[in-house]
Amino acid sequence: MAVTIEKHATVGDAQRAFGGDAVYLGGGTILMREINAGLVQGRIIRSTDPVLKQIRQSGDGFEIGAGVTMSALANRAELAFLHPVVRAIGGPQIRNMATIGGNLFAEPPYGDLAAALLALGARLVMAGGQARPIEEFFRDRKRAGLITAIQLPRPRDNKSFAFRKVSRVKPKGVSVMSFSALLPRDAGRLRGVRIACIGLGPGPLRAFSAERALEDQVLDAASITRAAQLVTDGLEPPTDALASSWYRREVAGVHLKRLLERMI
Amino acid sequence: MSGTLTDQPMIDFRKEIFADERDDNLNEIGKPTRRQDITGHVTGRSPFYDDHLFEGLLHIRCVRSPHHAARVRRIDLSAAERMPGVVRILTGKDVPRNLNTLLSLLDFGIDDEPVLSTDRVRYRGEPVAAVIATSEARARDAVAKVVVEWEPLPHVLDVEEAIKPGAPVVLDVYPSNKFIYHGKYDHQKLRYGDVEVAFRQADHIVEGRYQMSPIEQAPVETCGAIATPEQNGRYACYSATQALFFSLAVSSKVLEVPSSRLHFIGGTVGGGFGGKVDSIHEPLAILGAMLTGRPCKCMWDREEEMQVGAPRGAERWYIKDGVLRDGRIIARSFTGYFDSGAYTRLSSYAIIKGVGHLPGPYTIPNVSANVYCVYTNRTPATAMRGFGITGVDFAIEAHMDKVADTVGLNPIELRILNAYRDGDMKAHRRLAKNCALIECCQVVAEKAGVKLSPAMLAASSRKGGGGDRARLPTNTATDQDGLVRGFQGGSYGRKGAKPASLPGLSQTIQSAAPMPAQTPPPATAPQQPPPRVGSMRFSSLSGFRRR
Amino acid sequence: MAMKPVTFILNGEPKAAFTEDGQNLLDMLRRGVADLSPKYGCAQGSCGACTVLINGEPQLACLVLAESVEGENLETTAGLGRAGLHPLQEAFMQRFAAQCGYCTPGMLMAAKALLDINPRPTRDQVIEAISGNLCRCTGYEPIIAAILDVAEGRQAP
Repeated sequence: MAVTIEKHATVGDAQRAFGGDAVYLGGGTILMREINAGLVQGRIIRSTDPVLKQIRQSGDGFEIGAGVTMSALANRAELAFLHPVVRAIGGPQIRNMATIGGNLFAEPPYGDLAAALLALGARLVMAGGQARPIEEFFRDRKRAGLITAIQLPRPRDNKSFAFRKVSRVKPKGVSVMSFSALLPRDAGRLRGVRIACIGLGPGPLRAFSAERALEDQVLDAASITRAAQLVTDGLEPPTDALASSWYRREVAGVHLKRLLERMI
Repeated sequence: MSGTLTDQPMIDFRKEIFADERDDNLNEIGKPTRRQDITGHVTGRSPFYDDHLFEGLLHIRCVRSPHHAARVRRIDLSAAERMPGVVRILTGKDVPRNLNTLLSLLDFGIDDEPVLSTDRVRYRGEPVAAVIATSEARARDAVAKVVVEWEPLPHVLDVEEAIKPGAPVVLDVYPSNKFIYHGKYDHQKLRYGDVEVAFRQADHIVEGRYQMSPIEQAPVETCGAIATPEQNGRYACYSATQALFFSLAVSSKVLEVPSSRLHFIGGTVGGGFGGKVDSIHEPLAILGAMLTGRPCKCMWDREEEMQVGAPRGAERWYIKDGVLRDGRIIARSFTGYFDSGAYTRLSSYAIIKGVGHLPGPYTIPNVSANVYCVYTNRTPATAMRGFGITGVDFAIEAHMDKVADTVGLNPIELRILNAYRDGDMKAHRRLAKNCALIECCQVVAEKAGVKLSPAMLAASSRKGGGGDRARLPTNTATDQDGLVRGFQGGSYGRKGAKPASLPGLSQTIQSAAPMPAQTPPPATAPQQPPPRVGSMRFSSLSGFRRR
Repeated sequence: MAMKPVTFILNGEPKAAFTEDGQNLLDMLRRGVADLSPKYGCAQGSCGACTVLINGEPQLACLVLAESVEGENLETTAGLGRAGLHPLQEAFMQRFAAQCGYCTPGMLMAAKALLDINPRPTRDQVIEAISGNLCRCTGYEPIIAAILDVAEGRQAP
């Protein structure tokens, strides 16, 4: 087998070993597929550092270790706002393995949680200790480096964040598309709207046109209709085995509308 | 419906229907029973082919075409042979008889498919070499190092494009991209009565086009086989095949080894659904064992199963009906195209079976069909649950709804009106027996809450059939469209059974009592239908053979 | 190539095997310690036929790096009902919940994981619990019925 596995006890050691063409193995649900298919060669880095499995409350938010699994997130009551997202990922086995850090690197049709983190305005803590906005990471995630934790602000109330996934197989199916919407309200008007999606472009991205249609507005039938109409403006939905670009454009507004209506 | 299924039987037996025909003193039928292999299944001990462990097992993986069609200019194995763990690499030269067609065992069709292609590939994923290595991973790594110089060729992926003049020829032995039936025609014909005359007498002409995409059987266990040397020059082969003796005979043929030297072990199959009859893996595994002297496993991974595993083939159907104002169908013609993919496998047979099924379970006095087995550069098609019937049944039943809509009848009533009844003559010139479509329609209507008219509720498969409806058409319009020259009659007909031929059919026609093409089937017949006894023996492969 | 030793508990018994770099747990269980009950279906995490329990959690052996189970507690169908059949096995037999039998070991482990933490699941919870396991033969209903039978105590534990 033309891969070599290097196990490191601490994130620091893993960080020092990382570089060149080395790849990091987290929960395995992405990388092991490729190793099984012989598509990955060379150095594989993994770490057993317990810090990667920690969930900590910090100020008005959370710091979640990159190696925390979907199941672990689903078992934490204080992360209830994330539960609709993580419970919609994979089946029970996948949720016991797949990690929050790994989902950031998932290629379509995966990455529902990554898009939710984008909508929530997460910051990523790098192995060197510095934190950077998640948008920066998505600009060039191939060269991102090791991520040790995800900092997540807590949404103001349970009406301000919601998630909707469109899949053809239930209860376990991959996303044709999914939407995550953060709609903070200030005196009844929406301020700092963030809507992220997968399935409407090459990876998780924000639907800026829909965001602009809602910013400073009251969330009502009129503003929702407008956001739904504009949702794919500036986006290029792909054609793949799951759906055509045309289909995605046709239904994107319908699904965003259904999501936003739940948030009124 | 939470929990309801644990309380209710899953089958609703309607024993009041045909009660006098059934012997209910049966020991097994209608009674729950345990599978004899269930203990192995629930304990994880059922011996699937890959559940046999061998010391020193070698793994075979194929080098596959990335093109739909290409000429193989050169295969360079040198770098791959130097890879760690590589024991040997097979190419077509290593296969003693590198050409076969599955049904050649039944004398049906021309050998057209190599085990490992040497000069040309005809579908994406077609194998040209097979690496034998000490682990699956090493075999994969070495496959990546085989250099093949491809010269891509024009390809065709649609059945109707493939039969246009000037289309790329998929298989040289079938230059018009059509299988040759009975050594005579480039399609399978069905002629019964005269549809053209009847179309002119019809009140409505209803036409439709229907198609079905290929469907992968997708068994959870992928196809594969392990072969290992035994004593005295024999080889054991553990296989996932659904067709053990098929695989045995194919291996014996292409490896030029008497079947007495091959010991096949199978019968425990991790789902097949038709996808495990093609005998692809056994010859390669046995050849590997012969040439290396070690146990060899040849197994598809999931991607191969989906990409090169032969699916239920695509079909396209054109149906044209002549219908009277009251809903009776007096003529039905079909043009059908089966997408066989790049090789014949079982598609030619599927069509024989499908044409025997036309025009569906309905008594229609004039029927015509031209059905083509077409070669394209898609993955070869093969068996899958009811193949040959499923696609055209979908087309027929979708078309029945269209006819019902045209004449303004409830679709269930339209079916009862046209359903065959005991004693009716069917388009393949056999009398219908033990019919039950009318009763099925009545139960469906009841379950679906559809109100049927008193006449439809009173209809019975046992009443109104036979008589004039038992007669063959006075005139059957025949033609020689699609006649080909230069082919032997090498179909299933060769082994003594008389092949279907036009003179044979015209004799039948002359001896039959007259029934004018323009006469629609009468609602009732004076003659009693034959008694409903026994089951009809009808071989779908050798369709015309008498009992 | 260097082989790494791995030790773990399998169905209550200590086991040791050598693993090559990159080898997955499914391959190590089947070829390394001859536990043939987990099955290969996809090596992609799609079918669930290789489901095993690691410290009580159902995971996909095809996507677990073999060396990462060092010291862990593994359960497979081979260890189910060593002293007589497990109620789930009885129920699967009774309900005709297996046809070809290939998905059955994975299905049983997914079901066991559910009942171990939730002995009285609803039908929806049963469906959710086996949603990572494909069955191409049964249409799932007999499997759901079998698991519910055990949950409702129709099969004596």
